[in-house]
Amino acid sequence: MNLTTALARFLIFPGLLFAVPAAWFFLWVERKSVALMQGRIGPPFMQPFFDFIKLLGKDTPPREGVGGLLMKLWPLIAVSAAATAVGLLPVLPASGGFEGDLILLLALLELPSMCIIAAGFSSRSIFGEIGSAREAALSVSYNVVFLLAIVSIAASQHTFRLEALAQLPASPMHWLGVIAILVCLPAKLHINPFSLPNAEQEIYSGPMTEYAGPELAMWELSHGLEWVAATGLVATLAAPHLTVWWIAALVFVALSFAVVLLLSAVAAATARLAIDTTVRFYWQVTLIFAVLAISSALFMRFRS
Amino acid sequence: MNLWDRLMCYSRRRSPWLFHMNGGSCNGCDIELIASLTPRYDAEQLGVRLEGSPRHADILCITGPITHNAVNAIKTVYDQVCGPKAVVAIGSCPATTNVFIDSRTLDGPLNLHIPVDVFVPGCPPRPDAIIQGVAKAAEILAERAAKKLPVAPVVMPLVGPGCGGACACGGATAPPAGAPSNGASSNEAQP
Repeated sequence: MNLTTALARFLIFPGLLFAVPAAWFFLWVERKSVALMQGRIGPPFMQPFFDFIKLLGKDTPPREGVGGLLMKLWPLIAVSAAATAVGLLPVLPASGGFEGDLILLLALLELPSMCIIAAGFSSRSIFGEIGSAREAALSVSYNVVFLLAIVSIAASQHTFRLEALAQLPASPMHWLGVIAILVCLPAKLHINPFSLPNAEQEIYSGPMTEYAGPELAMWELSHGLEWVAATGLVATLAAPHLTVWWIAALVFVALSFAVVLLLSAVAAATARLAIDTTVRFYWQVTLIFAVLAISSALFMRFRS
Repeated sequence: MNLWDRLMCYSRRRSPWLFHMNGGSCNGCDIELIASLTPRYDAEQLGVRLEGSPRHADILCITGPITHNAVNAIKTVYDQVCGPKAVVAIGSCPATTNVFIDSRTLDGPLNLHIPVDVFVPGCPPRPDAIIQGVAKAAEILAERAAKKLPVAPVVMPLVGPGCGGACACGGATAPPAGAPSNGASSNEAQP
């Protein structure tokens, strides 16, 4: 991909210009759909935007030294990683890309969660440290399944290039992998039943406890961008191959929206699980699923 | 005011995040505060969110008559809330120490220790009154942040039956409008 298409993808669509309003929209859809399922009316349409602006106008406690600098830096790294991850998604047909961009996307999707772990520990708050430890345990559990699922899709299609993955006709392996990714998304997005890292009221706000003002606004934005990137990854893998660019964009948005609704329904219908139950769920129940997917993908690859 | 300031002022009014703190309360007001977030009253329509950490909050909601043990904790938490901020005293206890007046375990009322912006009287106050008080506090907060002026504390009126007689109480148990805010009615109800 040349410089112009790369800039257009990262800054306009599906990058920043699309991703930031989409992040606010998905945060609103999550809150609103949970409210409707609970028989409430829920927040107004512009609520995440108002929250963001309000947080920008709040003071932050004074932070000194290297620890303070790092605390300011983590949310910025998380936002830029999540925004770049959205920009890498092959939404439009013939949008370019390079061999191995799937690996870069996986690394960028993992960065916000790394930043959350580091932020909790550098805040020196006991609740932040508990939240970070939980996030680390959660990350080790769901990432095994998540990565195995993605590798099984890539192995069955013989490529690590996102655009090629999105264009090839889907095989049964492909759908097994997409379902395994879907199972990991609630943990990746910290929503119920896997909301333990930031378990509100239980350990205050986990790694976010000490954050305030513009830094917290950046965390909210990075959480929204993670929603766009994670649901967008499922949408690009599940979308049929289309050649007209605006139909491809519409299908991408509609599929992401459907995934957000599905995850919100799961979040509204479940309660928070304890850390041991969560770890057991991923290592015992879904790991079998992922190992099945990757072993059959590799088996089919050697047979063909 | 330029456009950014007006947007900021509007956003502050539309997005009050609460931190709830108990200063020795009997739990009656705490239950009513939670009730204001339930489907019946649904304070989230106004953008209200109950936050876990005082660092995230805009509005500090304090219940109870402020015991000796609670004073330092309340001052600490007040300092932990980042500005611009507002304080809502929920119930008659933090306003007057209510029926516990002259108790040797108390160090109230609340405004001896931290500046209070809105008093919501009642023992306990109705969820509608709490939501009204929080909305008023968000307005005060936005106004104060925009003009950088001190704003005098507000005492909210007692709210009558907000259910309009739709629920089982039929509006019969609510205190009459304009009744004294010392919670005497619930005191008399005890045997």
